[in-house]
Amino acid sequence: MNPALNDLWPYLVLVLVGFLPNEVWRALGLVLARGLNEQSEIVVWSRAVATAILAGVIAKLIVFASGDLANIPLALRVGAAACGFVAFLAVKRSVFVGVAVGEAVLIAGGFWLMH
Amino acid sequence: MSTTAARHYQSSSAAFVGGVKAAFSTVFVLVMTGTFIGIGALAHGYGFSASWLTVSTVVVWAGPAQIILIAALGSGGSMIEAAIAVTLSGVRLFPMVVSVLPLLRGKGTRTVDLLLPSHFMAVTTWMESLRLLPHLPRDERIPFCNGMGSGYMATSVVAGLVGFYLAASLPPLFAGGLLFITPMAFLCMTTRGARALLQRLALVLGLAIEPILMHFHVGLDLMWTGVGAGSFAYLVHRIREASR
Repeated sequence: MNPALNDLWPYLVLVLVGFLPNEVWRALGLVLARGLNEQSEIVVWSRAVATAILAGVIAKLIVFASGDLANIPLALRVGAAACGFVAFLAVKRSVFVGVAVGEAVLIAGGFWLMH
Repeated sequence: MSTTAARHYQSSSAAFVGGVKAAFSTVFVLVMTGTFIGIGALAHGYGFSASWLTVSTVVVWAGPAQIILIAALGSGGSMIEAAIAVTLSGVRLFPMVVSVLPLLRGKGTRTVDLLLPSHFMAVTTWMESLRLLPHLPRDERIPFCNGMGSGYMATSVVAGLVGFYLAASLPPLFAGGLLFITPMAFLCMTTRGARALLQRLALVLGLAIEPILMHFHVGLDLMWTGVGAGSFAYLVHRIREASR
């Protein structure tokens, strides 16, 4: 492959796989602004599918972690996520509290395992 | 819906600046900063460049889609699988655009003027648009919306780069901690957004099914998780509705 194409390839992939499949829904919304409402069955179903995909991504990022997170044991990653989630539920459903507690458990546990 | 203005801007550029200020005056800007620090770290972890990260933030402009894209491509998944997962996660943008356009569209509004506000529609800008736009006169809503979107986007680009370079320079344990922000924040935010049983069931099933599919190396795992868990939850919801 010629070098210019090599440099541009990741951006081409970004447009084909990231931009277009996502933007098509905004464009459709713009074109078909009337007709469908939030209660229509196809919208309800698609929102459930979208939620499940997002849940899948969350599980993937925690269970099959990448980079430096992969060096922290699985049990600690899952445990920290559980602690953060319980804290989130307990303290007024605050995302900030959930993330702060999850991170604190993960980092503290990581330190404890290292020493 | 009221057309009387609670606050009136002198010009459309003043409305734009008002939108930027609105973006920086809520707690969302903090959530967004944390999320995009996480996404930046994720992009670094999966070997993407800082400029690719920045371009992807601007053109995708949907946190979940961007994370799916990075995780799917970065873990060696096929382009088709990544595109399917991204488009399935993008479906939710459709009802958002549909529900916000009536607020933006006036008598003389050209469709081309609605392109940018439509692109800015993502969870945060959508929620804030529904909350703030009705208080503005109609001709100021589009510039206000563009200003708000620009404010959030600029924040996200900068936070993404901060996360990217932090991940490159922090000790491994803390860099690992950065990568943990995204799943932790999205777990909480998705739960908060899932008020109905249908959404909660889809969330729980998705969390459970994905690791099983990954464990058995099932291809297109995200797509099957989404369609399987989402449809099952939808089915339970329909049966429950019918038996009422």
